Amino acid sequence: METKNIMIVGVGGQGTLLTSRILGGIMLSAGYDVKLSEVHGMAQRGGSVVTYVRYGDKVAEPIVEEGCADVLIAFERLEALRYAHFLKKNGVLIVNDQRIDPMPVVTGAAEYPENIIENLSKDYKVYSIDAQSEALKMGNAKVFNIIVLGLAAKHMDFSKEQWLKVIEETVPPKTIEINKAAFIKGFEF
Amino acid sequence: MLGNAAIARGAYEAGVKVSAAYPGTPSTEISENLVNYKEIYCEWSPNEKVACEVAIGASMAGVRSMCSMKHVGLNVASDPLYSVSYIGVNGGMVLVVADDPGLYSSQNEQDTRMIGRASMVPVIEPSDSQEAKDYIKYAFELSEKYDTPVIMRTTTRLGHSQGLVTLEERQEIPDKPYEKNIQKNVMMPGMAKKRHVFVEERLKKMAEDGASMPINRIEWGDKKIGFITSGIAYQYVKEVCPDASVLKLGLLNPLPKTMIADFAKEIETLYIFEELEPVIEEQVRAMGIKCIGKEAFTIQGEYSANMLRKVLKGSEPETKAAEVPARPPILCPGCPHRSVYTALKNLKIHAAGDIGCYTLGAVAPLNVVDTAVCMGSSISTLHGMEKAKGKDYVKNWVAVIGDSTFLHTGVNSLMNMVYNKATGTVMILDNSTTGMTGHQDHAATGKTLMGEPTYAIDIYNLCKSMGIEHVVEVSSFDQVALTKAIKEETARDEVSVIICQAPCALLKGQKFPNVCKPLPEKCKKCGACLKPGCPALTKNADGTVSIDVTMCNGCGLCKQMCKFDAIECVER
Repeated sequence: METKNIMIVGVGGQGTLLTSRILGGIMLSAGYDVKLSEVHGMAQRGGSVVTYVRYGDKVAEPIVEEGCADVLIAFERLEALRYAHFLKKNGVLIVNDQRIDPMPVVTGAAEYPENIIENLSKDYKVYSIDAQSEALKMGNAKVFNIIVLGLAAKHMDFSKEQWLKVIEETVPPKTIEINKAAFIKGFEF
Repeated sequence: MLGNAAIARGAYEAGVKVSAAYPGTPSTEISENLVNYKEIYCEWSPNEKVACEVAIGASMAGVRSMCSMKHVGLNVASDPLYSVSYIGVNGGMVLVVADDPGLYSSQNEQDTRMIGRASMVPVIEPSDSQEAKDYIKYAFELSEKYDTPVIMRTTTRLGHSQGLVTLEERQEIPDKPYEKNIQKNVMMPGMAKKRHVFVEERLKKMAEDGASMPINRIEWGDKKIGFITSGIAYQYVKEVCPDASVLKLGLLNPLPKTMIADFAKEIETLYIFEELEPVIEEQVRAMGIKCIGKEAFTIQGEYSANMLRKVLKGSEPETKAAEVPARPPILCPGCPHRSVYTALKNLKIHAAGDIGCYTLGAVAPLNVVDTAVCMGSSISTLHGMEKAKGKDYVKNWVAVIGDSTFLHTGVNSLMNMVYNKATGTVMILDNSTTGMTGHQDHAATGKTLMGEPTYAIDIYNLCKSMGIEHVVEVSSFDQVALTKAIKEETARDEVSVIICQAPCALLKGQKFPNVCKPLPEKCKKCGACLKPGCPALTKNADGTVSIDVTMCNGCGLCKQMCKFDAIECVER
């Protein structure tokens, strides 16, 4: 099988690491060779963060490069725009419809781009969800990332049961139920 | 398994008994994983020099030992490194040193292989998680066989990537007997002269043996183009040219020169593909071998498969990046540093900065920090300024340094200020942890890496014991107290210390019962609350503000900034 490339992008602190671990977990359980690459350290402090997940028969490099991603999962609109060119033509773009102003926007040095999702839809298959609101409705704002993962999972080759099993094995025991419910919310969106 | 977790696993399997480290991205997770193996004693040392010396002592005592650090940490540890190169080992000793091409979280892009060459210490480099585990085990074998410390060099991309790893059992290595041997273990000129001869011989022997080491291998393929490469760069070569001939080097110092010559003479066009400095390339050229290296590939930053594709095939990715506002890292909502910097900014005080999250005080909107050199440098740079320009010059300056950085090397600089009769105010930003690297304990937190309660060094009394009369403690969130302390202490003609206390907002086990709430009816739309740049606050279209309840932890800084009581702090 040709190596498949997935990217998760967002703002430091949004939980990209947990999401990538679930992704890595499901690919391992399906018997693929998997490589993941993450960002730690200073970049995690509210900066733009990116995680790469690659799987296939034999994976060499751990990063995904421009024009190579099959699926891009963006936890924030501006980050979707920043990394969209990593997608292949007609790649799948999953966007959490949330706006977090970066410091240059806060200080007035730059403007937050308008109509991001509409513009990206011209070049890519875009699926968006306001996962923040959905998560708040569920009573736990933190699980929005798993809702977004659920939506992305619809466009990947694993069954709902496989996903739920990996979530159970990956998240902290106390949060298994809420994370499973969040995943289903996104999967059935 | 994360590369860094694989290194820890490899150390465990190699029978390591002692490990010491100071946290530093991208090496921190090595120790954080080692602590899961109960057979290994592991510690956070106050700095990398101490960590290296702990490992040297353990090796002298006859057990396998290691220390780990980021690339710049090796500068701190280079004093013992250059000596232990001469001394060699009893039990095997490995230094894991993590370089940061692309500067994800560092102040420079130095190449550890150069330090390996300068200190005449062998350097090995793995290219994925499996090799990270296998190579560190091999490093201990090399260390004991050749009587040398060994550096295992990694990079951010290797340490922070995950790949499949096959686990093995731990080897129990019997302790080697300790024998007094001052000719080997005491580096005085007479002894060191003889050891220098040994060190040169050792490197020569290793270079000769390199061809038979399993970590150096030739993968023959198409001989029209060939690559000499190592580490993560090897993966990019395999991605772009799976059929090319490759000499994959695991031993980077000394280079296996006969192996290189044998490989090169079969290859039509030879590329040297190595991140950072042209360490392999310059040595290959010195052998009279034609090759393509840094004229095609940059010295700066991280490599990628696309970069290699571009050089070999002239192909650019079809898609183009959109122009979007940057998103640089920022201080977290509820970060105590933001509050301290707000007080300094209001008083128009310059800060000599240091290494930690608080270096972010250099950029907008705070713009308080003027300098950042290296760990512990804030205090001594302030001192240098005072000696250059006189007492009055530093009255609108302070040094800012975190608690962990203060104990790392800042404490030496403070001693220097006292000794040399300095004027100047040092602000220790005590957030009870090593923040930026992800919350590691240190000598003042009262807990060891292995989770045991321990004596917590009292920073206040440490400063007092140096003879500093004015040491004041304030809450980092109390703007009134901060302002008063900064005004009073910077006015003095002597050394003074302000310890600003409040735990890091991300430190576990804290409860944040309160949350800040805007009162739009009282709001005068002046924007004062927005000035500190808390990400929980956003300006509404009508000029009032919103506060994101999921981000706010009720620190109250915005409330203190508001002169019109238009923000209240309420129970969540």
